[in-house]
Amino acid sequence: MTFFLQLIVTGFAQGMVYALVAIGFVIILKCSEVFNIAQGHFVLIGGYLGYTFLVTLGLPIWAALGMAIASAIVMGLIIERLILRPLLGEPVLAVIMATIALATILGGLATLLWGAEYKAYHGLLPTITLNIGEIGIPSESLIGLIVSILCVAILMLLFRYTKIGLAMRATAEDLQVVQSVGIRATTVYAVSWIIACVVGVIGGILLGGVSGANMDLANIGLKAFAVVLLGGVDSVGGAIVAGIILGMLENVAAGYLDPLLPGGGLAQVFPFIVMIIVLIFRPYGLFGLVRIERV
Amino acid sequence: MAIFRSTLQWGIVVAFILFLFGCPLFFSDRILTILTMMGIAVISVLGLNILTGYCGQISIGHAGFMAVGGYTSAVLCAKLGVPFWAALPCGALAAGIAGLIFGLPSLKIKGFYLIMATIAAHFIIIWTIIQLHGLTGGADGLPLPRPAIGSISLSSKAHYFYLVMALTCLGTVVAKNIVRTRAGRAFIAIRDNDLAAEVMGISLWSYKLQAFFIGCVYAGVAGSLLIHYYSFASTDQFPFMDSVWYLGMLIVGGMGSTAGAVFGAVALKLLDELVTIVGPVLSAAVAPQAAASLALISHGLIIIIFLIFEPRGLHHRWEMIKAYFRLWPFSHEGSD
Repeated sequence: MTFFLQLIVTGFAQGMVYALVAIGFVIILKCSEVFNIAQGHFVLIGGYLGYTFLVTLGLPIWAALGMAIASAIVMGLIIERLILRPLLGEPVLAVIMATIALATILGGLATLLWGAEYKAYHGLLPTITLNIGEIGIPSESLIGLIVSILCVAILMLLFRYTKIGLAMRATAEDLQVVQSVGIRATTVYAVSWIIACVVGVIGGILLGGVSGANMDLANIGLKAFAVVLLGGVDSVGGAIVAGIILGMLENVAAGYLDPLLPGGGLAQVFPFIVMIIVLIFRPYGLFGLVRIERV
Repeated sequence: MAIFRSTLQWGIVVAFILFLFGCPLFFSDRILTILTMMGIAVISVLGLNILTGYCGQISIGHAGFMAVGGYTSAVLCAKLGVPFWAALPCGALAAGIAGLIFGLPSLKIKGFYLIMATIAAHFIIIWTIIQLHGLTGGADGLPLPRPAIGSISLSSKAHYFYLVMALTCLGTVVAKNIVRTRAGRAFIAIRDNDLAAEVMGISLWSYKLQAFFIGCVYAGVAGSLLIHYYSFASTDQFPFMDSVWYLGMLIVGGMGSTAGAVFGAVALKLLDELVTIVGPVLSAAVAPQAAASLALISHGLIIIIFLIFEPRGLHHRWEMIKAYFRLWPFSHEGSD
């Protein structure tokens, strides 16, 4: 029983990070109807940026976080202006291929700048220990959980009370109406890419703090897709719930089934199995609007 | 064979085939290897072109289907002693069946959702192959006997080159003709507007699955050829990024055109070669990891550049150049 609860708790903390990454994806999708395959690579860049600011430059955690967010904002602006703006109105496939190409370019840049090496920086994030009964919650997971909840709360406030947040929600609702009342759609797109980059980079630092930064961080993006599909592609709340569900399921499945399978590695393929099942039986996810084009 | 309309076209085709089959006489083994790899990529992209370019069903799991074909023929050859010539079509058939299974979601979903389903297909296929350790050798790989047809051993680079080129030419002609059949026209109708196609009496269910089957049969042939070229089966030969590059080749070449598929595969493979030549120089000059990053960045950039500036691909540019020379000295066709 303790084993099971431990898996659930670890899965919950991991799932919050998945949710954070998935939110970036959902925001871009809602505002500009672009499926951003490169979301995982924002996480990758974030993990390495964390290493650069925390270890190479030796900055304190708050300064490092600030610098990483600033870099993410610049990255988001550049990506939107150079790659996505020229492709406005192109077919879905062209835009998706562009984000895949973007993902490879980011992977290439990470290889060039950080040598595709494993960079560890545990212990640099602040530590909090919490024990519920016999179940110990790892400090890094707890930090991840707190920061993820904080980010989600900030985003919720942004969408509810700020002008740009409202503009973004309006754009998600109806582009033509938004343009006719004088909101610049391009600004909204740029802001949505910035937010996606920022949450991706924060997710990268959190994951990097747990297991170090390496090229595998980009795979988190693929898990985020499973989260997004499970939660419903256009639902921020769905992404959070689905992230937690998937994090827990993945940990429990790996914990119990991996010893039975010769090759192991179920945790890696598990999100894809979930994805296929969701796509076949409930393509609009748990909380998505039921308006997916049926063929 | 009405795809070649004039004597001149026939002449060019015959000259090209003669040149192709003369290659082993003049070129070194290294160049033959490059050409063989190009041939395999062309076969794979031809299949993807039928599936994605003509039928509009986007697949980023093509390397996974290649793995199904490759491993089926590898297991047949290594474990059951089936001769190479029989294992190759079995591999193709197995890949086609895998395509049918993973094509099933396409009946319900499209666009991004189908992309996700095919990405998932890739990872599930590779994971399954690793799990079937006793049969496939799992992560350790599976050594194979050298391929041979009857008493002719295909162990030399030149012999294998002939086999691949023969299949590439055959595949190109077949692909070119498939799109002129009833099925091919149905694919195009589905791609352009699936609702209209259905109203006209085209069974989406049947034709989408046919497109998946045909596309994956091509992938299976390519996968078998790839594995038998190395005489060793390993899941590392089918990385996820290859699935992406095949789609990239299609974009660079021009979707929905058989010639485009060939152009794209050749162009990106040439880029690969350029990277392997420039990479070490750059690595020595800048940093050891520069070669690896150059490969990634150059591929990404080329796809983005084509998407933004030449979305109809090399094939379109080629048609423009041909039209320019045909109409010279006039700039456009007259209205007589």
